[in-house]
Amino acid sequence: MFKKLKITCDEATTICDKSQYNEASFFEKIQLNWHLFNCKLCSLYVKQNRKMTSLFQMKSADCKEETKCLSKMDKEAFKKELEKLEV
Amino acid sequence: MSEPTIHTLTPNLWIDNYADYLYNYTITRVNDSDLSKDLVQETFFAGLKSAKNFQGRSTERTWLVSILKRKIIDHYRKINSNKGKAEVRMNFYNDGENEGNWIEERVPQSWHNESEKTIENEELKDQLEDCIDNLPEKYGMVFRMKTIQGFETEEICKELDITSSNLWVIIHRARTQLRKCMEDNWFNI
Repeated sequence: MFKKLKITCDEATTICDKSQYNEASFFEKIQLNWHLFNCKLCSLYVKQNRKMTSLFQMKSADCKEETKCLSKMDKEAFKKELEKLEV
Repeated sequence: MSEPTIHTLTPNLWIDNYADYLYNYTITRVNDSDLSKDLVQETFFAGLKSAKNFQGRSTERTWLVSILKRKIIDHYRKINSNKGKAEVRMNFYNDGENEGNWIEERVPQSWHNESEKTIENEELKDQLEDCIDNLPEKYGMVFRMKTIQGFETEEICKELDITSSNLWVIIHRARTQLRKCMEDNWFNI
């Protein structure tokens, strides 16, 4: 039983990353918490990872507000190129 | 039963009707303006060349997007197979008796003045953007799609033709590199 719970730091931090997107399974969360009992480094990673997630969310909110469009010049250039092909 | 609608192509209106949509679609995935323009232009060219194969079962926008998706997959495959390009630095031993453990010089360090340093400001955003830009291209592409644009895992896997375990390896490596980058260039300077 305990053997199944034992995971490496690499696996623990991968689960921690998955959980930032709410995509870690119940069993993975148990494995992660079991690992964190004994691992200070991964516990620090978990704490800092949450902070990183909040920074990414801030960045994400900024990006989603932007709609990017092509310039008139780009569109004209596209049209010319397409016309060449149509001829 | 009503007859299914048969759509037709109007290439002379493509630029006005779909260029911005396709450009936005592309830039949210590849995050590079010039590359996005190239992929959109290639999509129009490919559309024109294969116009005779259009059967009218989908709208022309859907049809153009399906061509663009293939262009994006081709681009991803190209950057994925670029040997010798920078990989992310490993944080864990990948063999030997320490396999899976933190590499000593990559272990997380405590951050100084963490709460002060996370107050939202332009400098912080610029530093974060720099760190994301420093990721190898394929890591940056998957990371942005998942984390910044908020695509579902399944959608990314389908669009880039990768498995979900592949995706999580990439996300994990990208995030550990970003954590380290912010630690070295923001939190602990």
